[in-house]
Amino acid sequence: MTKKIKNLNLNFGPQHPAAHGVLRLILELDGEVVEKADPHIGLLHRGTEKLIENKTYMQAIPYFDRLDYVAPMNQEHAFALAIEKILNIDVPIRAQYIRVIFCEIGRILSHILNVTTQALDVGALTPSLWGFEERETLMTFYERASGSRLHANYFRAGGVHQDLPNGLEEDIAKFCKTFPKIINDLESLLTDNRIFKQRNVDIGIVTKEDALDYSFSGVMIRGSGVPWDLRKSQPYDCYNQLEFKIPVGKNGDCYDRYLCRIEEMKESVSIINQCLAKIEKGPIKTSNGKISPPPKKDIKQSMEALIHHFKLFTEGYRVPNDEIYTAVEAPKGEFGVYLISDGSSKPYKCKIRAPGFSHLQSMDYLIKGHMLADVPAVLGSLDIVFGEVDR
Amino acid sequence: MNNLIDLEKKVNSGLTTKINKTEIKHDQLYIEIDKDDLIDVTLSIKTNQDTKFRQLIDITVVDYPENTQRFKMVYLFLSHEFNQRIILSYTIAENEVIPSLTTIFPAANWMEREVFDMYGVSFKDHPDLRRILTDYGFEGHPLRKDFPLTGNTEVRYSEDQKKVISEPVKLEQNYRNFDYESPWEGTKYIKEEIDNNDKKN
Repeated sequence: MTKKIKNLNLNFGPQHPAAHGVLRLILELDGEVVEKADPHIGLLHRGTEKLIENKTYMQAIPYFDRLDYVAPMNQEHAFALAIEKILNIDVPIRAQYIRVIFCEIGRILSHILNVTTQALDVGALTPSLWGFEERETLMTFYERASGSRLHANYFRAGGVHQDLPNGLEEDIAKFCKTFPKIINDLESLLTDNRIFKQRNVDIGIVTKEDALDYSFSGVMIRGSGVPWDLRKSQPYDCYNQLEFKIPVGKNGDCYDRYLCRIEEMKESVSIINQCLAKIEKGPIKTSNGKISPPPKKDIKQSMEALIHHFKLFTEGYRVPNDEIYTAVEAPKGEFGVYLISDGSSKPYKCKIRAPGFSHLQSMDYLIKGHMLADVPAVLGSLDIVFGEVDR
Repeated sequence: MNNLIDLEKKVNSGLTTKINKTEIKHDQLYIEIDKDDLIDVTLSIKTNQDTKFRQLIDITVVDYPENTQRFKMVYLFLSHEFNQRIILSYTIAENEVIPSLTTIFPAANWMEREVFDMYGVSFKDHPDLRRILTDYGFEGHPLRKDFPLTGNTEVRYSEDQKKVISEPVKLEQNYRNFDYESPWEGTKYIKEEIDNNDKKN
């Protein structure tokens, strides 16, 4: 008796809890082995780049929160840096420290989410419950600084929107004392966990060469043993005054990437501690009145301030003709902004380089030959957020 | 990031005939080339031991509808070894087909698909040139400057047909693009008049 065997096409998502958002993955299966993966993206496409072209520079910042929405301020940072470089303005040192503190908080936010949901995808529920409690604490820090838990809209070209409220620095310092214990707890649940290792070790291996060819960045390239971190190699703001290590993986599999993320969280805590020790009172945005709006109390008394305020929030500041690419080390990898200004108060073109886009592209290469059950594990370790992939 | 001048020399000496213009600004090297030299230049900066631009960071396009060479193609490269960035660019007309980089950088696959989707630029020898970010059956190229911000169609669930349908956009009020540029100097026609008077005097 003969049996006819044919490959099965499976539709993974777009509404699947392990798809980390709206990913439609069309898998071609031979039995349980994946032969081909074709990700269909764009279900969360909102035309961010088109919208930014029609908004002033200041109005464009909130759009960056909505890209990688688990680490919003890291994105704003790239855009703010681009404008600052074109306008050639200096950022006060206090503002630089504040920005670095919040970028590292963003990194922890993102890594907690990724590590714990990856664990959830492979069957461990507890880490996400423990991790999300810490995320909640961190998001209250966001809220206290910017007024909003997620979509912060806090960074500005030339500094940050407002100073930290009283007591926030102390509370962040307290968090830095307690958080390493939570990381240890998470590690005790996962790092030597037999099931977690079985699901992740030797899964989704990326070689050094392929990591370069597929434009990987961030943890994806460091997990494969390339010591590359933009905070070290092309430092921005005050990162060159801080000491931190860059964890590097050995085998380039999902497990190594998990280990890298855990180590990076520890480094982030140390960076925040250093910033808190060094930060001093001072201005939090550039004194250039043509770029940063005047304080509220001046508006009530000074005509000049009122005019500036009005001009900045209607026309916005103008940015001279230029072309620039700036990149920051976002939690997911190299997040870049390619900005073309034309002398008006709106960007002529703003291309957003999202790390997740190149990572997800390699899905076919990563998953070929693996089992169906490995799909969530690999997808989890890619650290995909659809806000930035689809833009 | 400091030996960009060296890099500029190296690139210029290695590819003399192919480089139209080089410029260093913002710690990056900007190179202008011709469309036909793309593959040669890319291969050369990727494989050359002195440059090693092993990573293609992004591909994008800038649209200048008023120019005859409407699109400016932009390629961003990164060299980990030398910690340098190159921004490569060339201009093309609207219906030109350009070479694909997928054979040199596999990462170019989706980036070129995005360029195709957003700007309608086609690539020769691309293995899988489909739309990527827009909806299935979408028409037009959204990032072109002449594409309206509100789009042309909108989707809704139709209770009659029991499915999601797409219709032409209907807006209660059109998108208003306020012109705030320097109202202190008056609106454009007043400004022109003042300028003319100045010239007469």
